[in-house]
Amino acid sequence: MLETLNRPKQVSAGAVGGSAVSVQNLHIRFGADDSSFTALSDVSVEIPAGSLVTMLGPSGCGKSTLLRTVADLVHISDGSVSVHGQTPRKAREGRDFAFVFQEATLLPWRNVIDNVRLPLLVGKREAGATYADPEELIALVGLKGREKAMPHELSGGQRQRVAIARALVTRPRILLMDEPFGALDEITRDKLNEELLRLWQETGTTILFVTHSIPEAVFLGQHVLMLAAHPGRVKEFMKVDLPYPRTLKMRDTLEFIRVTAHLRTLLGEC
Amino acid sequence: MANALPTQAEGRALVDGNRFKMLDAVAASALRHLPATLAILGCILLWQLVVWGFSVPTFMAPGPIDVIQAFGENAGVLWSNFLPTLLEAVLGFVFGNVVAVLLAVWFVYSPLAERAFYPIAVIIKSIPIIALAPILVLLVGNGIAPKIIIAGLICFFPTLVNMVQGLKSASPAMLDLMRILSASNAEIFWKVRLPSSLPFLFAALKIAATSSVMGAIVAEWIGSSYGLGALIIEATYNFRSPLLYATVVIAASLAVVLFFAVSFAESKIVRWKPTTDH
Repeated sequence: MLETLNRPKQVSAGAVGGSAVSVQNLHIRFGADDSSFTALSDVSVEIPAGSLVTMLGPSGCGKSTLLRTVADLVHISDGSVSVHGQTPRKAREGRDFAFVFQEATLLPWRNVIDNVRLPLLVGKREAGATYADPEELIALVGLKGREKAMPHELSGGQRQRVAIARALVTRPRILLMDEPFGALDEITRDKLNEELLRLWQETGTTILFVTHSIPEAVFLGQHVLMLAAHPGRVKEFMKVDLPYPRTLKMRDTLEFIRVTAHLRTLLGEC
Repeated sequence: MANALPTQAEGRALVDGNRFKMLDAVAASALRHLPATLAILGCILLWQLVVWGFSVPTFMAPGPIDVIQAFGENAGVLWSNFLPTLLEAVLGFVFGNVVAVLLAVWFVYSPLAERAFYPIAVIIKSIPIIALAPILVLLVGNGIAPKIIIAGLICFFPTLVNMVQGLKSASPAMLDLMRILSASNAEIFWKVRLPSSLPFLFAALKIAATSSVMGAIVAEWIGSSYGLGALIIEATYNFRSPLLYATVVIAASLAVVLFFAVSFAESKIVRWKPTTDH
């Protein structure tokens, strides 16, 4: 089933030492010079290819802004961001990454399969690129049989599954997720977290995952990138020493509690 | 697959089943509309009783029976005056809405155009439509043109306002999504902006469907020799009150039919509901 997601791993000429995303001295300012607001100040971080990095931080620390900058939705004021050695714009045009929003943002007038197909219908398509099979992806996210359902007939969790299938259809090497499960109830959220881990381990996709929840960040993350606010800057980039595959039970272990406690202390200092 | 085909007997049973289902549906819908039907019949009965009880003269207020008689006696006159009004209302509806939709698209893509021309649209809207009729007769003559223009003008403004709002209603996240997919402006328009504007458009079209009939009739009051509007004026001046009432009933029915036509089109085209993600 997952063959559909295996993408020929072309190594771009400028790729830097196994980094999927490389951020160097990034500054993001919004607004005119005299009344500008600094969202990110001198942020540098390397996201290793194939890793799962979760981003934590207080409101206003610019974690969404950082994610949106990688996705070419925000103008870079100073510094550089490279995605597999390319500018975010080139990476976007080359379908190198996909984005999952907090809201599923399905087009309500399209059924499930037509929503998953949407990325294949718009924009410039890479010459000779082969994409994943929408039906297999719908099965992969556990919605087999609901292909013709309309978004309003699905639950919030199911809609978010469709959004994930849609993100995977172009076989991106990087998945950018902006609090994708933030609006879901805890049970649904736990289940989707486990499934996301399974997906990540089976596909080897690099995942950058923004969250408000410390347990979620620790449960998912190979690394946790913590940002501090006013202005947004890197507080800590730490490795989470918990073995995969991780299960929900793992959240009751001492090590898990130790890591979350450490992050909570750090968050208090931000 | 062959054994999935129904046998002849089963086929007949299916048809019978469908027939029962249809009967059920008709019965259910009749039952649902029963209170409204009874209320309307009650009003008509009350009207007839008042006319009888107080011996109201027919020229002042005809009873329902007089009006029904007028329908029979004037069928030809009513029909020949109904057709031009229908044509004017429909053409005005089409032109007014097409212009409004195109202008709305222009406004959404050109903020300068919106700032420049939106106030003019408001000014035109604020001129009483009945005052505009003589001006248009002077401008474009006494044919069908001024009627279509007035019917169109009356449709124009609600559609313009709603369509501008509808085209802007796509959520920022949806537009971000399309940008990440490197979608062109045309793709964003056809795949996101236009579909998300349809509920807004149909809300306006339902208003326009009834007001286009009103526009056509008002336009026919000014020096017209045909149409339901002209018939209303003529019947009033000649004290042919039953005919006047019959004309009004026809005009109202036309508006109702156009309204339901638009509602039907909406139910066929907008088959989705907006999803609330939270």
